[in-house]
Amino acid sequence: MPTPTDAAGSEPGAAASSAPTPVIEFVDVEKSFGNNVVLKDLNFQVARGERVTLIGPSGSGKTTILRLVMTLEELTGGYIYIDGQPLTHHKRDGKRVPVSKKEQKRLRTRIGMVFQQFNLFPNMTVLENIIEAPIHVLGRSKKDAIAKAHSLLEQVGLPEKADSHPSSLSGGQQQRVAIARALAMDPEILLLDEVTSALDPEVVDDVLNILREVADTTNVTMLIVTHEMGFARDVSHKVMMFDGGHVVEEGPPDKIFTNPEQERTRKFLSAVLGH
Amino acid sequence: MEFFEDWPQYFEVVINWSDRLMAGLWTTIQLTLFGGLLAFVVAVTLGLLAGSPHRWMRIPARILIEFFRGISLVVLLFWLMFVLPQIWMRNPDLPFRDLVYNTFLLGVIALGVNYGAYGAEAVRASLTTVPSGQWEATTALSMSWPHKMRRIIFPQAWALMLPSLANLWVHLLKGSAIAYIMPFVSDFTAELNQLRRPTDIWFSHAFIGLIVYFLLALILTIFMQALEARAKHKLGRGPSLKEILSPAPKAVVPEGSGVKIADSEQEAAGAGSAPAKPEGGVR
Amino acid sequence: MILNLTQAAEIDDPSMVDEEEVRRSPFWDWDFAFDAFPDIFMAFLEVTLLVTVIGSLLAAVLGLVIAILIMVLPKPLAWLVRWVANFIRMTPIVVQLIFVFWAFVWMDALTIGIIVFGVHYATYMSEVYRAGIESVPRGQWEATTALSMSAGRTWRKVVIPQALRSTVPSLGNYAISMFKDTPFLLVIGVAEMVTVAGERGAPVFRTTEVYTIAGLLFLAASYPTAVLINRLEKRLAYAH
Repeated sequence: MPTPTDAAGSEPGAAASSAPTPVIEFVDVEKSFGNNVVLKDLNFQVARGERVTLIGPSGSGKTTILRLVMTLEELTGGYIYIDGQPLTHHKRDGKRVPVSKKEQKRLRTRIGMVFQQFNLFPNMTVLENIIEAPIHVLGRSKKDAIAKAHSLLEQVGLPEKADSHPSSLSGGQQQRVAIARALAMDPEILLLDEVTSALDPEVVDDVLNILREVADTTNVTMLIVTHEMGFARDVSHKVMMFDGGHVVEEGPPDKIFTNPEQERTRKFLSAVLGH
Repeated sequence: MEFFEDWPQYFEVVINWSDRLMAGLWTTIQLTLFGGLLAFVVAVTLGLLAGSPHRWMRIPARILIEFFRGISLVVLLFWLMFVLPQIWMRNPDLPFRDLVYNTFLLGVIALGVNYGAYGAEAVRASLTTVPSGQWEATTALSMSWPHKMRRIIFPQAWALMLPSLANLWVHLLKGSAIAYIMPFVSDFTAELNQLRRPTDIWFSHAFIGLIVYFLLALILTIFMQALEARAKHKLGRGPSLKEILSPAPKAVVPEGSGVKIADSEQEAAGAGSAPAKPEGGVR
Repeated sequence: MILNLTQAAEIDDPSMVDEEEVRRSPFWDWDFAFDAFPDIFMAFLEVTLLVTVIGSLLAAVLGLVIAILIMVLPKPLAWLVRWVANFIRMTPIVVQLIFVFWAFVWMDALTIGIIVFGVHYATYMSEVYRAGIESVPRGQWEATTALSMSAGRTWRKVVIPQALRSTVPSLGNYAISMFKDTPFLLVIGVAEMVTVAGERGAPVFRTTEVYTIAGLLFLAASYPTAVLINRLEKRLAYAH
């Protein structure tokens, strides 16, 4: 299995020595909604600094994986470890024991997420959206938080929008603010949940370029769900193909996109690329 | 509290008074039924008129709705009781002379007209919520106005307006308690008030009164929810009443029917216009 | 402020009125109308409006507390709070007024009126808030989780500000409802507008003017407010 280097701005797919503790580890994960089993016996690891893209038809459970990592869904079976520490349950004498809320919160601050629907707070300005959590969750000073927010807004190309309200921004601009808001927390893990799916086609590239730059200049671990195969190919070290709650195939993007082993993957790719 | 020490004694009093209490309860039920019936007729009539495309129908209906909602129920009641009979006093030859002195009837009219005006808003709002495609289809099929109303538009609007009407009916039941101030109308509240005299600790009986009103309101609510389920089933949404009632009694009163009431209120208001009792998006 | 309760609660039989007297007097007497207006208007300001304003504020605050309690309390307690609220909402305010009046005989009737109206309407407003809170998109809650915001800040800074926006018009409508329910206060002998109107008319056997004035004051105050709230509702709907 190819693993990324720890160095920032590593070439996607570049192999390196095996990582010590995986930053995300799924062990026998099971997720069901009522009687509907979405994920079953799922095992995989993501190394520090690794960028993994999950692809597959809709309903295959990709987004559920991200939401489990963000604790937006309740895990119904198995274990998730963040940097070796249990996120929702420990295993003790073969039984699942829930971890304390406090511990979970502490781990959660290290994870950031960008949503398909942006989910900016409409009652706050752009700046307030970005500084809210750094000040009140991480306990940073207001001055530092504002300075950082301005530099992030610069980075996402919206330096003049600090005092605007989200409703006055276009979808692409809102999503760029949402990226800045997630990055303001200095996350070790960034979850990107179909971040361009709700955008007009002509602004998709603006958003993806910002994310490419983030990938190039930082060492943040990324777990990505996207339908933008070009982007997946550019930024990820590893691509995992899902169907029916299982990993059908995984490997470096070059291999998956050009020479997949499984018929299922080939079909899926020809459907999404050939449209 | 004394109530708890003297409980057996009060129990006896209540039993002794049970005939009068039952008579009062019956009056309250009659007020609610007849008032509700009149309110329904007023609501549908004024609601259809207020939703009409013709100004000469719409404007008078609007004025009546605003008038009957805008003045308080109590003012309306006093007006009917004291001002209206003067017309007959001044013209002794007018017919229906006995009716204007019938305080029960006046109570029914006050309740019916007041809550009917609120209901008209719900009827009008639910008519506008029926998708415009449905109206256009009836025009395309050259249906006459009564025809499309009766067969196409009203059955769809009916399911939408039922939650608000259910709400209003409960409001009307509660509003009927004010009838006890009227002479010759001995409703449940009036009898409860009489009960204060022999027992002295009236508030224990007021509490019994509250419970009885609550049960009545619950019965109304469940009845109206059954109607709503039936109306929805007829439109091909949701199970039939039979299905709901038969194997697992689950859906009819989804946990906490009271909450459900307010739920539906929002639902009806969702169209952007008419929350049930308070004059929501008027006009 | 407190009248004799039995007197307030039992109105004279209208058929006992001397018809000869009625026939001799005009249907509408402008002089008497102008004469009675100031008293009725003062009662309108001093009691009716006072109860409505303080009662509405009380209901708005208490309603929010109830809505949040139902959402955050553990299940059995939340269930209890919800059914107590349902009970209050589904029983007549008239009987509630009488109940509280006799349960707390030492309390001033006006205070009782304000509290009963406030609590009764709080149960309605709690439903408005609940709907408002539920209308806050799930994504907003998820974003607060993703940012590890505390529960308190999530409520204060994200959920309530957004929920309030959609609730303002409905709260206003309930305030108008309360306003029109204030004459129920006559059952506990509070000298609100309609009671004062009746008292003003009784000695001279004239009822037309006083009740018409009372009705018109209700119309004059509630209709423009309703129109205003409706406008506000439309503006808020477009702005979002």
